[in-house]
Amino acid sequence: MWIKRLLFSALAAAFLLPAPSQAQERRQITIGISQFPSTFHPSIDAMMAKSYILGLTRRPLTVYDADWTLICMLCVELPTLENGQAVLTELEDGRQGVALTYRLLPEAVWGDGTPITSADAVFTWEVGRHPQSGVSNAELYRRITEVEVVDDKTFILHVDRLTFAYNAINDFNLLPAHVEREAFADPAAYRQRSLYDADPTNPALSAGPYRITEMRHGSHVVLERNPHWWGEQAAFERIIVRAIENTQALEANLLSGQVDMIAGESGLPIDQVLAFEQRHGQRFQIHYQPNLSYEHVDFNLSDPILSQLPVRQALLYALDREALVQQLFQGRQQVAHGTVHPLDWVHAEDVPVYEYDARRAGELLDEAGFRPGPGGIRRDAEGRPLSLTFMSTGGNRTRELVQQVLQAQWRQIGVDVRINNEPPRVLFGETLTRRRFPHMVMFAWISSPENVPRTTLHSESIPSEENGWAGQNYGGYANEEMDRLIGEIEVELDREARREKWRRLQHLYAETLPALPLFFRSDAHIMPLWLEGVRPTGHQYPATLWVEEWRVRS
Amino acid sequence: MLRHIFSRLIQSAVVLAVMSFVIYSLIGLMPGDPVDLMIAHTPGLTAEDQRRLRELHGLDQPLLGRYLAWAGNVLQGDLGYSRLQARPVLDALLPALGNSLILLVASLAVALAIALPLGVLAAMRPGSVFDTFVNMIAFAGISMPVFWLGLMLIVVFAVLLGWLPAGGVETIGGGGLADRALHLVLPVVTLAVAGTGQYVRHVRAAMIEILRQDHIRTAQAKGCSRRRIVMHHALRNAMIPVTTILALDIGAMFSGALITETVFAYPGMGKLIYDAVMGNDYNLALAGLLLATAMTLAGNLLADIAYAWLDPRISYR
Repeated sequence: MWIKRLLFSALAAAFLLPAPSQAQERRQITIGISQFPSTFHPSIDAMMAKSYILGLTRRPLTVYDADWTLICMLCVELPTLENGQAVLTELEDGRQGVALTYRLLPEAVWGDGTPITSADAVFTWEVGRHPQSGVSNAELYRRITEVEVVDDKTFILHVDRLTFAYNAINDFNLLPAHVEREAFADPAAYRQRSLYDADPTNPALSAGPYRITEMRHGSHVVLERNPHWWGEQAAFERIIVRAIENTQALEANLLSGQVDMIAGESGLPIDQVLAFEQRHGQRFQIHYQPNLSYEHVDFNLSDPILSQLPVRQALLYALDREALVQQLFQGRQQVAHGTVHPLDWVHAEDVPVYEYDARRAGELLDEAGFRPGPGGIRRDAEGRPLSLTFMSTGGNRTRELVQQVLQAQWRQIGVDVRINNEPPRVLFGETLTRRRFPHMVMFAWISSPENVPRTTLHSESIPSEENGWAGQNYGGYANEEMDRLIGEIEVELDREARREKWRRLQHLYAETLPALPLFFRSDAHIMPLWLEGVRPTGHQYPATLWVEEWRVRS
Repeated sequence: MLRHIFSRLIQSAVVLAVMSFVIYSLIGLMPGDPVDLMIAHTPGLTAEDQRRLRELHGLDQPLLGRYLAWAGNVLQGDLGYSRLQARPVLDALLPALGNSLILLVASLAVALAIALPLGVLAAMRPGSVFDTFVNMIAFAGISMPVFWLGLMLIVVFAVLLGWLPAGGVETIGGGGLADRALHLVLPVVTLAVAGTGQYVRHVRAAMIEILRQDHIRTAQAKGCSRRRIVMHHALRNAMIPVTTILALDIGAMFSGALITETVFAYPGMGKLIYDAVMGNDYNLALAGLLLATAMTLAGNLLADIAYAWLDPRISYR
């Protein structure tokens, strides 16, 4: 009898005693990603995995938020011509520049308690513009001619040109001068001596809600709360970011509970997530975030066949892209009708759309002189078959599936398409950069909101032996109006006037078809049911920049 | 014997020197350079930045000049800096080397511990039910794709049963020897399964061959026990071809456990070399590949020494 009583008491106690809430239990979260950063220096090598981890430890001066709006994170207010914090200046050569006043948050400090000051801005500029420092994208630093210190928390950037994005200094990654200056004593050795890699757990490197406390290269990073963080306290005491490159293994780790969530920014391919959702969708929250990555088919416009606009138009009319995204991605990725994402404010609603029309495609090919021939393949007047080589990154299952669908659709209008894929490093390292693809190549551009396509569509950016194969206009697209529009958009400050120029650029893109737009990718974020407050962005500034908003569902 | 070892060491040094040039040239001839790969992540990278970065990384220099500079530094004990791991090559290499050695020794030990008795027992009763069963197991082990086996083991033992960790080297933030051993179980089993199948086949074939030889019949006629014949006369001789296979496997497994390392997120030499080659990290790739070559050479030298121990008739002059 006493045993029964004891059991009853134990059960009653178990039910009546207040259970610890989820919020109390979940003091740690483990995030799985599929890459490990090659460096933790914010300005050396751009990599999504690095941005994701640094989002937990740093706050940039300016950044695009989840609504794709430019905001201040480490500064008090965005300098604008309207609020007087941005002032037009005239340069010695008569060009127009701009002086931008940034005021740092008064409470902002590095992870060792040292205030973040204007001296850090000066040091950052010195590092960024030094040719031997190893900073990859130094364009912004070169454009800044002087950093003028007003006081400890206020500095003025003198920039040698005025563009519409004059106050977006997202690439100006503040460095802690008080600990990094010594490493910069020999600029040529800075890459090897910077504490970001030599001593990544140094608390002074942190300027965000977390700091790195342990790092095992290629395996994981452990982050703990930064005691000197000035903002809202983050929910988790510890965050572990684990890198598991094999996406099947990453999925298995999620199911086994060794990771709690998989970051959409550097996680599973969408087709794997769609299959995962069908099997385990009830156990997780799965969020598909429209992304700025633009999947497209580049043409080699030096090719005599593809240099003909009707042929390019026919190739686009022949594609049922709606069916493609429905069948392959269950509609989770959006059909692209141009380079500008529909969520971008400069997207033009009235851009000409090439709806699927196989008959029209056939007519255009007839007009171009390609008539149906034996075996259903069209031939030109001299009897040569309309046969095109289609390249992409080998081993990328999603791309290979898309290629097969496109190949079949083009076959319907009599175009013989041969798939010839290459490993990514060969494709991006040689074939594209040296413009050695014979006809068509499929890949994606990663961009940011209102990203002016100078490097991809301006004729100056066509890679050639003369310019050392620099530039990413791989197709060789040269259009005077496009060049002019790109130049005008860059310096147009009036929002409405700029929108109009963007509209024309998108129309021109649709009219001249330098590439075939396919779809905009989506990031698939897999999160536990108990997590809330994660706001994926869909651009290169990851959701971790707002980690203090992440909460355990109560 | 000492003279032989000394001469082999000198030969190995020459092989390594030649290999260093061959590997450096092959990596240099691969399409693209690190800056080309950077562009894929940074479409806004200007032409000026591309030129500056090529100059900074020495990529504007001819291949031979780069190699000679590298060789000069190595002779002074400086293996260089890994661009991909942002730390000195030696710092990147040593942890991976340690992890790979642990994985290699453990999986070889497991494979041999299973393969030797199974191979010997199967050879003693060729054509029996047991022999057929062992052959089936061996063929299954050899033909099973490593990535599939690895994933299946993760699904069963980590996801469904929850007995073992799905990957990594140790529990993050804590661990100890037992914890490290637990993390080793699945990758070791994965590697050992393929190895076991292969070694069973070799041990069995060698034993069947030896057991048919005259000296075994003589030993039987002299009244030696079956146990002594098998263990002392047959197995020792059968180990000579098996040792050759083992010696070659050491080098291959050292750098070739790439799939196992990737599936189990185990940071070893295979993954390190693969990433370094694909990422155009010349210094790291070269050091890793040379180390793998050195391991193969060392394995073969050990095999030579083992031959002399296994069969006293073998001597080196």
